[in-house]
Amino acid sequence: MSDTQKTYALFALVAVLILGTGFVQSWNTALFILNMGLISAIMSLGVNLQWGIAGLLNVGIMGFVALGGLATVLVSMEPVPDAWEAGGPRILMGLAVGAISIVALVLSYTKLPKGWVRAIGTIVVAVIGFYVTRSVLDPAVQAVEGVNPALTGYLGGLGLPVLISWPVGGLFAAAAAWVIGKTALGLRSDYLAIATLGISEIIIAVLKNEDWMTRGVKNVIGIPRPVPYEVDLQADPSFVERATSFGLDPMTASTIYVKLGYAVLFAIVLIVLLWLSQMALKSPWGRMMRAIRDNETAARAMGKNVTARHLQVFILGSAICGIAGAMMTTMDSQLTPSSYQPLRFTFLIWVMVIVGGSGNNLGSILGGFLVWFLWVQVEPLGAALMDIITSPMAEDSALRDHLVKSAAYMRLLTMGIFLLVMLRFSPKGLIPEK
Amino acid sequence: MMDILNALVVLANFVMIPAVAYGSQLALGALGVTLVYGVLRFSNFAHGDTMAFGTMVVILVTWWFQSMGISFGPLPTALLALPFGIAATAVLVIGSDRMVYRFYRQTKSEPVVFLIVSLGVMFVLNGLVRFIIGPNDQSFSDGERFIIKVGDFKKMTGLDEGLAIKTTQGITVVTAIVVVAALFWFLNKTRTGKSMRAFSDNEDLALLSGINPERVVFYTWLIVAALATIAGTLYGLDKSFKPFVYFQLLLPIFAAAIVGGLGNPLGAIAGGFVIAFSEVTITYAWKKVITYVVPETWAPDGLVQLLSTEYKFAVSFVILVIVLLIKPTGLFKGKSL
Repeated sequence: MSDTQKTYALFALVAVLILGTGFVQSWNTALFILNMGLISAIMSLGVNLQWGIAGLLNVGIMGFVALGGLATVLVSMEPVPDAWEAGGPRILMGLAVGAISIVALVLSYTKLPKGWVRAIGTIVVAVIGFYVTRSVLDPAVQAVEGVNPALTGYLGGLGLPVLISWPVGGLFAAAAAWVIGKTALGLRSDYLAIATLGISEIIIAVLKNEDWMTRGVKNVIGIPRPVPYEVDLQADPSFVERATSFGLDPMTASTIYVKLGYAVLFAIVLIVLLWLSQMALKSPWGRMMRAIRDNETAARAMGKNVTARHLQVFILGSAICGIAGAMMTTMDSQLTPSSYQPLRFTFLIWVMVIVGGSGNNLGSILGGFLVWFLWVQVEPLGAALMDIITSPMAEDSALRDHLVKSAAYMRLLTMGIFLLVMLRFSPKGLIPEK
Repeated sequence: MMDILNALVVLANFVMIPAVAYGSQLALGALGVTLVYGVLRFSNFAHGDTMAFGTMVVILVTWWFQSMGISFGPLPTALLALPFGIAATAVLVIGSDRMVYRFYRQTKSEPVVFLIVSLGVMFVLNGLVRFIIGPNDQSFSDGERFIIKVGDFKKMTGLDEGLAIKTTQGITVVTAIVVVAALFWFLNKTRTGKSMRAFSDNEDLALLSGINPERVVFYTWLIVAALATIAGTLYGLDKSFKPFVYFQLLLPIFAAAIVGGLGNPLGAIAGGFVIAFSEVTITYAWKKVITYVVPETWAPDGLVQLLSTEYKFAVSFVILVIVLLIKPTGLFKGKSL
């Protein structure tokens, strides 16, 4: 079987799995898997760009995804006029002061003469900047968070169409990636991993605690959608008529219609990004990136600026993760900061890239679909398996109870073993790099 | 004068003592990371979950002891269970080395590959721990709660402010000192320890002089298992055990190891205390201390808290970034054991 045939066969397998879910379980589940699969595929495309093509280790994917989620809120939610009146301008001013003090900090570090002057000067600038920023920001934050905290208590967004937030999410993630890349790239590869792990935890902490921006753990719900609402569809006589002509009840038809709408939007984004990535990979730029990955010293000797190229590809990959994050929050139509778990949003994406085939864009997309499918389906399978294993035990046995309850964690175990086995026996993944 | 003393007591009670205990826990964790880095040459992302696994075994054995009525007098029963936890963790990490890491060592894989492999091990351990003990908080501390109680201290000294030292804090510091002393004695005085240092310094030279690499790796994992279990148990006794929190500890632990210089045991200890003290001082509300020290009219209105405790990860991260920018090899020169 040639490589192309194998690729087709594997994608056909994924299609069969998703269609099978549709026939056996329900079309809603199948479409849910398809939609999240599309988003996961985009994320793993971004990570593949970083790891597969440039050899950069990013274990902070969750943070970039969450920044995309933040973008949807800031772009698409209606602004809260009372909150803006209470402290909006002052918050903006506080943020500006904060930005100025960071610039001053960087300047004082780079411009002052080395030695004690620089050390003390930098510390003084840092302390003054911190206090001035806090003294401007804090009262405004309190005022904003005090405005009807049960319903708003935050500034809201700009009230723009939600689709605009997708590229904005990419920009947010790119900005964060620039900061990280500037500090950690060019050092040992592990440092980038640890720095990204850190920034992702901090981004989540900010989302959870800065209520004036994201409502924190109170969550932002009801983010506007790019597709119609189910209720509106069910009230629309022509839709109901068409649904009945297909032999579906309006309820199911409306949910399927909405999910299909998302699937089309996501598929368009995925195809555009895939095309761009493929072109990049084939271009001289892509060959240069792979040359750098395979032999950094040689590439450097050829006059390539390795650190700058790494920074570039790191920003691009992170931006793709940010776009995917914005898409996900749009589909959920709510931002739930506490739902961002590193195992799900960072390490699972890694499993996707490695299983699919790092260095190959199609491979990472395949991994995205396949691993996401397993992630969803292993849980009920594990529970069923556990039921069979424990069936000989007594009904009231504490062990049985514990085992059945813990079956949900089977999928962490399964994913870990899956990853280790792939790394050991087929480190190039299902669709290897050409 | 009294005010100054009161301020000092408050400072000791809320900043110094907790920071020393937390710093010892971080130092033990960072020592494990740094040993793996020095000898096996990769950043072990499974370390937090190794700690969780060891602590879990200790908790299970503690419960078993408690159900049999065995106790350790005023000390927590968990200390009795510690050897069992270390043994189980040693079996686990050496097993994972045999089944997973050894293959990549033989094929001389890049450190990055090891790192990704350790992510896989992390996943497995994560699942295993949650599968056995569940994702929830477990408290397993027993015995005397305090060495010094607030009330007793006030009576003893006649000060307005009290000082409390929790038994777990005392145990943490004492255990950390004993463990670190034993570790340094081992590394500096014994043949195996010396061969570990030689192997870390220069692998080829060590191999030439007849050091068996598999033996060095075996002892390294053994020590790492002991360090991880002890660090995890002390942290669990002092605070509480929750698998996800142990995963999150990775960040301050790595920050400590890098601040001190990856691969340098002395640096790991120093780094642990640097991170712990910065974290506690920056997230502590200084109002009470300042009120005692300054004249009455200067007393602050706010809490004088630099950052809320939710941002404690930001502290270790910022320190990490500063060190990476200014001195990437760490305070002590990294990459030597």
